[in-house]
Amino acid sequence: MSGPFPSPFPSPSSSPSPLSRRGFLAATGALSLAATLSACGGDGGPPAGSSAKPVGRADIDKAMKTPTQLTFWTWVPNIDKEVALFEKKYPAVKIKVVNAGQGTPEYTKLRTALKAGSGAPDMVQIEYQAIPTFTITGSLLDLRPYGASALKSTFVDWTWGQVSGSGGEIWAIPQDTGPMGMLYRKDIFDRHGIQVPTTWDEFAAAARTLHKADPDVYLTNLAANQVAAWHGLLWQAGAKPYVTSGKSDITISVDDTVSKKLGQYWGALAKEGVIGVEPDFTDSWYAALNKGKYATWLTGAWGPAFLSGSAKATAGKWRAAPLPQWDAAKPSAGNWGGSTTAVIRSTKNPIQAAVFAQFLNSDPASARRFTTEQFFFPATKTLLAEASFLGDTPAFYGGQKVNQVFADISTQVNPAFQWPPFLDRVATDWTETVGKSLADKTDTVRALGSWQSRITTFAKGQGFTVEGG
Amino acid sequence: MATTAATPVAPARTNRTKPTPRRRHGTAGALFIAPFMALFLLLFLAPLGYAAYLSLFQEKLIGGSTFVGLDNYITALKDPLLLKGIGRVALFFVIQVPVMLLLALCFALALDSGLLRLARVIRLGIFVPYAVPSVIATLMWGYLYGPDFGPFAQISHDLHLPAPHFLSDSWMLGSLANIVTWEFVGYNMIILYAALRTIPAELYEAAAMDGAGAWRIAWSIKLPALRPALTLTLLFSVIGSFQLFNEPNLLMKVAPDVITSSYTANLYAYSVAFISQQTNYAATVSFILGLVIVIVSYAFLLTANRRRTA
Repeated sequence: MSGPFPSPFPSPSSSPSPLSRRGFLAATGALSLAATLSACGGDGGPPAGSSAKPVGRADIDKAMKTPTQLTFWTWVPNIDKEVALFEKKYPAVKIKVVNAGQGTPEYTKLRTALKAGSGAPDMVQIEYQAIPTFTITGSLLDLRPYGASALKSTFVDWTWGQVSGSGGEIWAIPQDTGPMGMLYRKDIFDRHGIQVPTTWDEFAAAARTLHKADPDVYLTNLAANQVAAWHGLLWQAGAKPYVTSGKSDITISVDDTVSKKLGQYWGALAKEGVIGVEPDFTDSWYAALNKGKYATWLTGAWGPAFLSGSAKATAGKWRAAPLPQWDAAKPSAGNWGGSTTAVIRSTKNPIQAAVFAQFLNSDPASARRFTTEQFFFPATKTLLAEASFLGDTPAFYGGQKVNQVFADISTQVNPAFQWPPFLDRVATDWTETVGKSLADKTDTVRALGSWQSRITTFAKGQGFTVEGG
Repeated sequence: MATTAATPVAPARTNRTKPTPRRRHGTAGALFIAPFMALFLLLFLAPLGYAAYLSLFQEKLIGGSTFVGLDNYITALKDPLLLKGIGRVALFFVIQVPVMLLLALCFALALDSGLLRLARVIRLGIFVPYAVPSVIATLMWGYLYGPDFGPFAQISHDLHLPAPHFLSDSWMLGSLANIVTWEFVGYNMIILYAALRTIPAELYEAAAMDGAGAWRIAWSIKLPALRPALTLTLLFSVIGSFQLFNEPNLLMKVAPDVITSSYTANLYAYSVAFISQQTNYAATVSFILGLVIVIVSYAFLLTANRRRTA
């Protein structure tokens, strides 16, 4: 009936990485206890003044030859293969990989460990959107003194903006990304004579046509619990919902003109009942994708690999395309998901930890392995231009060069999108206002207003100076 | 309950004649009790005290922690989300518990009657849901309730009927009650059944001699004998209902528009702590919830005792 809090809390903010659902559940559930139990390392207070002085080459070389044990929290399956490359290059440094759950469950554990003052890892897997949530509490190490600035040109420009702080700090190293595109069922489109929509107007028209022609089919599903998709769509539309300046000033505008345009658009489609609004990553949703209830899935670049694992019954029928555009002349994209490696500030071995975070994601062999082992969508420019990656023709997508489609989209992601320092709360409030309005077919634009006021009230209560709205 | 144990009989004399064994008895007792007391202090009282301490502060993302006295309690008592959550579990309790206990009672009486064939199989069958972890049970029912591909929806679809809205706003509490009932009927039945087995057979024989039938025996012998066991199951149910967490937390994933983060009081405490990062306020909410449970349980015990003595 009740008990302590063991269950996987719905994680609206986290994006699923490409791994099977079963693997995902096993990873988040079974290993979390082990993670909690084994994570009993020591605690050093945050090292003072980590930002200023660069660490010399000699110091780094010396540290990398000192026998060290580091703990790394991550949910990436089989990441041991990448870690092995690091340990081969630096035999003195041993990495203990701990699966502490994916997304929100991991952050919850991390927050608890940080608050307790012991048990936090040295390095941690963290999604782009969660970075401000941990920098506001001063929990991440600025990686600039350890040579991270040199990596700027290695990574796709917009990802670098995501990991950089307002004072130029480098809080994490990008690992994978999720520029958003549209996966669609070519067979359903063909059967009803629907062209692949290139603008949102065409998309809305197609939604009405399709549902009228076949009442069991919807053009897409906008999950009423998936704030990450909403953020991705906001991102594409050019919104700047959260702008932080300094530590305690935040501008919140989740119901500005751009947001209202989005609210009007999706609210109308939901109200008419020509799109689905069911929660995603549930049994029912998987069944719906397998049985052809939805003709498209608007998703991040990790989506293609994920879908081919979870909708096996529909192999060969899917294709990929960019998201429809608001302005076809100025194509733009948003991002959903992807993660990074950050170093926890309380680590006793900042040099080794920082070198690890950089090596793991920027070493060419290690970075490539993420695309071949975990099917991650890369964050490095080199891989995004590599012929073997771009030329991949998966049978699930009828031999289409899906990676090429998403690599093109990746260049259109707007670099100026910021996340709030209390994302979990923002996500829950979205589900209970905007998401609820979609599900209940009520006024979505008005719900945006409630979302705005709920976040504003919360931010003020937390001591922020709030502007906007 | 009736006799008092604390009256010393001829204290002066006892003390004078046997002083030594008495004192030794005292230290030995303390030694035996020590491990328990240590654990009790460490695992029960200390966390409770710490939570009480936490509830007197307020920590903000900007500005850190400040002492606010009872401010959190005042806020909580006026917090519509918390009050609504408590009201919802109270309603749940009023509907679900009588149904569950009545079912458990019927099953226990039927099994005890000795008239059932395959009694052991049936007994196990009713008890098995309790062995299924509530997380699994909820996931299973969540699938069964599914509005598209759940079996109930599929059957309605085949019969060209509208699919039942198990996960809608108006049905949700009933759907939750169904899951909890399914899980705990067997558990309560076992307690009641065990109590029934302790009734001496002579009572039945005497009643039969007096010409009592099966119904009369059930009414006049079995039910009164079950009263302590019923009180116990009721008490467990009070606590369980007010702490309702797992089931709504999991169904939230499939019905996020119905189950909010403050749907039950316990869920609210959780989300305040882990979503809003207001640990102090979460401690306050938990304390208030605990207080409500103590009051309701005490009220039940009081009425049960009064009835027994009356």
